[in-house]
Amino acid sequence: MAKVLKGQQPSNAHDEKEPELKGTFISVMAIGVFIIVAWIGAFSLFLSR
Amino acid sequence: MHLHRYEKIWLTFGIGSLLVFLIVLGVGAFYQGTQPPSCLVTLDPENVQAHESFKDENLGVQQIGENEYVVNILASAFNYNFGKDEAGVPVRKIRIPKGANVIFQATTTDVVHGFQIAGTNVNMMLEPGYISDYETTLNNVGEFTIVCNEYCGVGHHMMTAVLEVYEP
Amino acid sequence: MIKSIPKNQSRLAMAFMWVAFISLLIGGLMGLLQVFVRSGQFTLPFGIDYYQVLTVHGVILGLVLTTYFIIGFQYALMSKSIGMTNLERKMAWIGFFVMLVGTIMTAVTILLGKASVLYTFYAPLQAHPTFYIGLALVVVGSWFACFINFHQLYRWKKEHKGEKSPLMAFMVVINMLIWFICTLGVAATVLIQFIPWSLGLVTEIDILVSRTLFWYFGHPLVYFWLLPAYMAWYTIIPKVIGGKIFSDSLARLSFILFLLFSIPVGFHHQLTEPGIDPFWKYIQVVLTFMVVIPSLLTAFSMFASFEMAGRAKGAKGKLGWFKKLPWKDVRFLAPFIGMAAFIPGGAGGIINASNQLNGVIHNTIWVTGHFHLTVATTVMLTFFGIAYWLIPVLTGRTLTRKINKLGIIQTIVWTVGMTIMSGSMHIAGLLGAPRRSSYSEYGGTEQAQEWIGYQIGQAIGGTILFIGILLMVYIFFYLTFRAPIGIEEFPVAEYREGDGVDRTPMLFENWKLWIGITAVLILIAYTIPFIDIIQNAPPGSPGFKWPIGNI
Repeated sequence: MAKVLKGQQPSNAHDEKEPELKGTFISVMAIGVFIIVAWIGAFSLFLSR
Repeated sequence: MHLHRYEKIWLTFGIGSLLVFLIVLGVGAFYQGTQPPSCLVTLDPENVQAHESFKDENLGVQQIGENEYVVNILASAFNYNFGKDEAGVPVRKIRIPKGANVIFQATTTDVVHGFQIAGTNVNMMLEPGYISDYETTLNNVGEFTIVCNEYCGVGHHMMTAVLEVYEP
Repeated sequence: MIKSIPKNQSRLAMAFMWVAFISLLIGGLMGLLQVFVRSGQFTLPFGIDYYQVLTVHGVILGLVLTTYFIIGFQYALMSKSIGMTNLERKMAWIGFFVMLVGTIMTAVTILLGKASVLYTFYAPLQAHPTFYIGLALVVVGSWFACFINFHQLYRWKKEHKGEKSPLMAFMVVINMLIWFICTLGVAATVLIQFIPWSLGLVTEIDILVSRTLFWYFGHPLVYFWLLPAYMAWYTIIPKVIGGKIFSDSLARLSFILFLLFSIPVGFHHQLTEPGIDPFWKYIQVVLTFMVVIPSLLTAFSMFASFEMAGRAKGAKGKLGWFKKLPWKDVRFLAPFIGMAAFIPGGAGGIINASNQLNGVIHNTIWVTGHFHLTVATTVMLTFFGIAYWLIPVLTGRTLTRKINKLGIIQTIVWTVGMTIMSGSMHIAGLLGAPRRSSYSEYGGTEQAQEWIGYQIGQAIGGTILFIGILLMVYIFFYLTFRAPIGIEEFPVAEYREGDGVDRTPMLFENWKLWIGITAVLILIAYTIPFIDIIQNAPPGSPGFKWPIGNI
């Protein structure tokens, strides 16, 4: 992905302030945790059988 | 293009988790030998019994070592052939002692079938012309249902048998 | 942006919608019959075979409903964003009729009991040739849509030199590229292998080649279903919630990643097959995990767009924006529940593709539960969410408050039904219950008894879902014939200040580059194992007709 971004940023990319996205961050991290828990669950089932 | 600071953290975390999953799976598969079933041995689908393992006398459970077994299975619509018992009756239930090392070897004489021992990790596709095998140790005692889990025709759901894992 | 879609273009999109919603009704009824049979309390009348019903269900919902809805919706997006010429429209009608003839041929063959091979039609089960010829026509007809969409963008770009394409058109073209590249595989196996073999021109078929070509198509197929839902999430939902697109370039980046990584991944459907080298299985597992990344990006973009819209409306605190979302607007609620369903759906998908973990769930009813979350909830609820405004836009009517309310009820009914049905399927699958199987007690084992309990759960959930289908079909008819005449809004989201196409890297518009990388990835993933499969092939298989009752 880095390759795509490299050298493509318009010069004024950092002009404005970043929007407040704390809630978004909490939400996506919750999804991440869910995925990890589900995967570990399936993996333990595989190991126990 | 601009990535928000939180998005960078999220992507790092997400992609990192995927990487960890892949490493765990890769180590399991390539160093500890828990590959998915990929036997890569072929035979003539119209003459499978030319192969040693699938001759009538070799079907079913064969003890090959002190605590090692091979189970040869010949699948056809809509039956698993585990050979016959002493009375000449087709075997419908196979028995394996707990903790033994078992290799399941199967193929099909006609269409694609599945071979799954429900409640275990033994789960493979049987395809005409290929031998499918899976090596495992069965550590849980009990009765397990063997089911065909790939559609093979009108009697697909009748294609079943039983595995008993017993305390040696 | 075109102000309103001309009437003759609306009629075209509506033709596709008609087939889609009729398919929903028929396919849904088949689903209802299946859950009844599997509950063990019901047997099909007139000697109808369970697997015939299952074939209708899979073909008509998985292939017909989805493809028609998607093509119709994408024509509408293209008409709205960059327009359609008369020639393009006429060609589109030819494509529609080619597909329709194919659909009818296939359907009649299945209904005559000559093709109970399920929608995956695995050889060497052999259906009547008209089944395969009909499928080939559906695919060829859909290629008309591919090339019309490509031509629309090509024409627009010629008229707008140096400009970047509108986001909607960009997304449609990506999805049709995926569709065209992947259907080459299924077209190859159907035209070169199945049709000559079922006609008796050749006696044998190479099983593993046919399966590999099928799954080369089979996984990108699910992304072909999913991406139109993502199109709505990115370009329409922000408008519905009174917000803006979070980022044009991130939206495009995620679609490009889908183009690159949705195709070279078919082996993860073949993990338990005997004839494929485990090394190449693992390589494709790695590539499959790459295709998770654009969905991670999308999750962030969606929440960000929600949070910013909520905050603009005065929401406070970390999660206060959640309450500001328009929960009473079905155009938002239905797709939102679709998004939520993709969380367990996606997590389950990662488990399915996890190499050896696949052995835990392969061909168990867990898999059926999985794709009823992804395609039958995420995708379908988003499509319903689209239909509430798209049908009135196309018919010159309006979405009334009453229908909005009924739509909310429909969404809740669907959610409840699917939670029960898909939940039971997931649990039963972990216990080992197989998918694609009629009612069976499996010789009376304890395990099978346990599965039957969950099958009754599936019947309850499935019945509730069928009520949802009846509601949706009623809504479709109402919006087509009865809703008050008027002008319904075609919601098109706007960019945030400072965002937009002018800020998007020109690189994203380099089609040759992305198609080139896609081709390279496909070649890397498939060349060596495919040569391997052909060189080490066992003797081919003759056709088997009797197991499916095709005598």
